[in-house]
Amino acid sequence: MQGLDIGYMWGLVPVILGYVPLTLGMALAGMACALVLACLLAVERVARVPVLDRAVVLFISFFRGTPLLVQLFLFYYGLPRLVPFLVNIDGVTAAVIGLTLHFSAYMAESIRAAILGVDRSQWEAARAVGMSEGVMMTRIILPQAARIAAPTLVNYFIDMVKSTSLAFTLGVTEMMGAAQKEAAGSFLYFEAFLVVAVIYWGIVEAFSFLQRRLEHRLGRAYSR
Amino acid sequence: MISVRGLTKRFGDTTVLDGIDLDVREGERVVIVGPSGTGKSTLLRCLNFLDRPDAGTITIGDLTVEAGRATPAQVLALRRRTAFVFQNYALFANRTALGNITEALVHVQGRPKAEARARAEAILREIGLADRAGSYPAALSGGQQQRVGIGRAMALEAELMLFDEPTSALDPEWVGEVLDLMRRVARQRRTMLIVTHEMQFAREIADRVIFMEGGRIVEEAPPERFFAAPQDPRTRRFLARVSGGGSPARPAGRA
Repeated sequence: MQGLDIGYMWGLVPVILGYVPLTLGMALAGMACALVLACLLAVERVARVPVLDRAVVLFISFFRGTPLLVQLFLFYYGLPRLVPFLVNIDGVTAAVIGLTLHFSAYMAESIRAAILGVDRSQWEAARAVGMSEGVMMTRIILPQAARIAAPTLVNYFIDMVKSTSLAFTLGVTEMMGAAQKEAAGSFLYFEAFLVVAVIYWGIVEAFSFLQRRLEHRLGRAYSR
Repeated sequence: MISVRGLTKRFGDTTVLDGIDLDVREGERVVIVGPSGTGKSTLLRCLNFLDRPDAGTITIGDLTVEAGRATPAQVLALRRRTAFVFQNYALFANRTALGNITEALVHVQGRPKAEARARAEAILREIGLADRAGSYPAALSGGQQQRVGIGRAMALEAELMLFDEPTSALDPEWVGEVLDLMRRVARQRRTMLIVTHEMQFAREIADRVIFMEGGRIVEEAPPERFFAAPQDPRTRRFLARVSGGGSPARPAGRA
């Protein structure tokens, strides 16, 4: 067995780190859009609007039922043919759209469960003081559902950070793409991808730390 | 003026409310008593459509809602003319004591935040919880939570206040402070409809006591006559049971 070329790896770290903003940018944009969409989907699933409910069920079924990689290819190659002004869709945009739709389907289900997990007394109190259903949702139910759903949603976010690496297959030079290009010159593929793995790991650990802070904050109102 | 006609509610095959007729004058304090499971709470919950009545009409002031064909807008209007105090307090878990009171003032009644805050602070002083304004419900005792629940209802200045067994879920040590607060509310001559098992309290503050059994109003009378000379044998049986030993109600004279 050959030894690792540690010096080469050290030299590669700053190069790969330079692509972290792109990775985080795609993940944060995807997460923000997915959260909004998932909340809308979840509220619809709870309210069960006729006709619309069918469409939402179909949407969730499709995006949970097909691989993310396949969805990304569908958007990258399919959208330009379906929507004329997206002819010049770039890989980053296609990736963010794909991540948004894919993860919103999963997140909608966990937000729906969280909404239904909010105590009945909270719904009744909101209605009894005369709140409309919309005000009740935004002021009372969703904030409490957020606390219930937070750990799962952070897990999806972590998954999304790692899934941005699939943008590589759409020709985006992100962390994976950069490592691939570097290794193509040096033939030190193992070293290059090891650096990528460790950096992903570090990012995820940082978010796990933030997760504990977030859960503590959301739980503040509920502890004595 | 509140007027209820033929209010009926069924759960499956069971008729829980069987054509209730009820009038309450402005400022009148009406206490409803009766055995468990006779529709007392359901009556209150039907009055603001927390439970949807199957038939009958409800009139509060100039608003009349017909059970079968109530629109969402009518239900909302009805709820905004009533305030409800829950047995299990039902405070908003994600709002402080102050926030529980300001919430509907700002987001239902559309009052400016500063005005709502000033009003909530005045209410907190009135219910003796000014020092707990920033506490979340989880950090309050049962008695404190229910006082906030009553404060939240007071702040709405609704035409009708509904109290659904407000002391039944409380540890005995907290019952006194909640009844004291309700006495204070009663002295303000707000229109109150109260379901309770506290007979002594009913005797003190009620203008009229109603006895319900089997989803119907069996008897109604001013408290002196109701407790001293009940007419219907069912009322007499109930009163004998709750004043005798081993009754589910608390002994008269406490609090």
